[in-house]
Amino acid sequence: MAQMTMIQAITDAMRTELKNDENVLVFGEDVGQNGGVFRATDGLQEEFGEERVFDTPLAESGISGLAIGLGLTGFRPVMEIQFFGFVFETMDGVAGQMARMRYRSGGHYHSPITVRSPFGGGVKTPELHADNLEGLMAQAPGLKVVIPSTPYDAKGLLLASIRDNDPVIFLEHMKLYRSFREEVPEEEYTIEIGKADIKREGKDLTIVTYGAMVHTSLKAAEELAEEGIEAEVIDLRTVSPLDMDTVVESVKKTNRAIVVQEAQKQAGVGASVVADINDNAILHLEAPVLRVTAPDTVYPFAAAEDVWLPDHTDVVERAKTVINF
Amino acid sequence: MATKTLEQVEGHFEMFQILNEEGEIVNKDALPDLSDEELQELMRRMVYTRIWDQRAISLNRQGRLGFYAPVAGQEASMLGSQFALEKEDWILPGYRDVPQIVWHGLPLYQAFLYSRGHFHGGQFPEEVNALMPQIIIGAQIVQTAGVALGLKRKGKDSVAITYTGDGGASQGDFYEGMNFAGAYSAPAIFVVQNNQFAISVPVEEQSAAKTIAQKAVAAGINGVQVDGMDVLAVYAATKEARENAVNGDGPTLLETMCYRYGPHTMAGDDPTRYRTSDLDDEWEKKDPLVRFRKYLESKDLWSEEKENEVVDQAKDDIKAAIKKTDDTPKQKVSDLIEIMFEKLPVNLQQQLEEYREKESK
Repeated sequence: MAQMTMIQAITDAMRTELKNDENVLVFGEDVGQNGGVFRATDGLQEEFGEERVFDTPLAESGISGLAIGLGLTGFRPVMEIQFFGFVFETMDGVAGQMARMRYRSGGHYHSPITVRSPFGGGVKTPELHADNLEGLMAQAPGLKVVIPSTPYDAKGLLLASIRDNDPVIFLEHMKLYRSFREEVPEEEYTIEIGKADIKREGKDLTIVTYGAMVHTSLKAAEELAEEGIEAEVIDLRTVSPLDMDTVVESVKKTNRAIVVQEAQKQAGVGASVVADINDNAILHLEAPVLRVTAPDTVYPFAAAEDVWLPDHTDVVERAKTVINF
Repeated sequence: MATKTLEQVEGHFEMFQILNEEGEIVNKDALPDLSDEELQELMRRMVYTRIWDQRAISLNRQGRLGFYAPVAGQEASMLGSQFALEKEDWILPGYRDVPQIVWHGLPLYQAFLYSRGHFHGGQFPEEVNALMPQIIIGAQIVQTAGVALGLKRKGKDSVAITYTGDGGASQGDFYEGMNFAGAYSAPAIFVVQNNQFAISVPVEEQSAAKTIAQKAVAAGINGVQVDGMDVLAVYAATKEARENAVNGDGPTLLETMCYRYGPHTMAGDDPTRYRTSDLDDEWEKKDPLVRFRKYLESKDLWSEEKENEVVDQAKDDIKAAIKKTDDTPKQKVSDLIEIMFEKLPVNLQQQLEEYREKESK
């Protein structure tokens, strides 16, 4: 075991798979000699060579086209989009092409591609770096969308993503890259994609969340506990497909739920979670399922992040509304 | 000064031609080394494809085919380039480029299933290195850079070839794909079939560039403008691009100057709205079949009898293929669910059960 930050766990997962499988290729803008703008690929080119870990020209659509073509010729591409706000440049490559490859060829071809990309607020990035666009990805049939919140989850989920024979969008929250360390096994292990994790057990209320909001929700749960409200915090870990079995089971126990996301109310996957709870557990609900989200504006100017991003006080307030309904 | 530079650049892209409209060799030095049998096979394929195009248009009108983009006029451009490939080479076609993948090995009935919209049309035989026709104009170009890099990294002596039209050369993915292939010196051939129109928009409205071939300069790769109605020129240019690519000299952009005699697609396009009959007449004189027939007849390699044999063969094959298309089982929702992922996620597992139950009733 070693104490790792999330970014170290991510690097460790890529190193493990580069070692395990000679078809794994890591590429993107500045991921080679530079080791990535966040050092996620630090040392990998030195260790595995320029044929395995390499830089690309600055063009996101070209990068995903490269990944698709390399996937067709037997490689297992791990491509990076420097910031997920830049995904618009390659929405076709991701949602129009790799997501549909297996289907449109009747299973003859597939795209064993992992798209790694940082996102998320709270670190005062410039425009279109922090946007939460997982909702766009979750709406594309053929993709799986993974968002880890801890170093342990990040390593196990990234290994599972790389080994998956269908495309996986792996979104890394920038605020979580180095915010804390955790024990991470040095040996390889995988965490099944599509499985949520209960990060805190409780009996009074279910908080369904993902990404940085997992920690915001855990902080809120501590405050609620001081007032005698025991919240169960479920980290979705995969936002497409949703692990609704875990969520519904929890709601049947607590009879109350809120969904917490960093994305705007009209974005993210919160509305899907609410709809699925309504479909599967309405007779167990003592109150409606409410959401904590960002407002429906464009992502804030850096200096306005503090007032715009949902925080633990928003979660506490919404939890109490549901408790007192 | 700037104007002068532009003129100099354009001067580098004169059209490469071997056979003129009368079927005479005008560029003896460039004449490709093809046996009599190969020359006959090229002609056979062009005649066959012309008949197939006529039959496809008619079958579409009868409602027995779906989406169809006519190819008459582009036989030299499509088949001359494909003829220069090896079996191991990859083809990434656009939506009009069905003939290339059929001559690369895709059974005709599967091409018809693709036209109708049936997933079995995309289940290519294992030995056919080609993708399904690409509907998103330009996407095939960036993917070709990836396939070509993959072939290079696997140490294969083969290339990836892709096709788009004159309109497609305005897309971002067109530039990105050529530029990536150039940066990695990947064995790719980019063919722009300049058939003068993108639906109703003439090529002059796509760009102020005098040729599309000169766009290769932006990627730092070789560019050649070819007479796309001259099968020998297209073959020779592709062959050379292929040799350069497998020798590690990087990709080539080929612009083939051609024309589609029919509409853009069979989905209600009416070319008389945007094309004059004078223009049609002008290009009909350049018909790739007419000039190559003249050439082969002058060498005593072709006859009316031979041509009729090909026509009959094509008609018989098409009839048999349509029969096989008709006999293919209808698609079920459960089939479509099953081809989404290797391992179905939980939402699709549930939906699969629901649809299986529905389908069993």
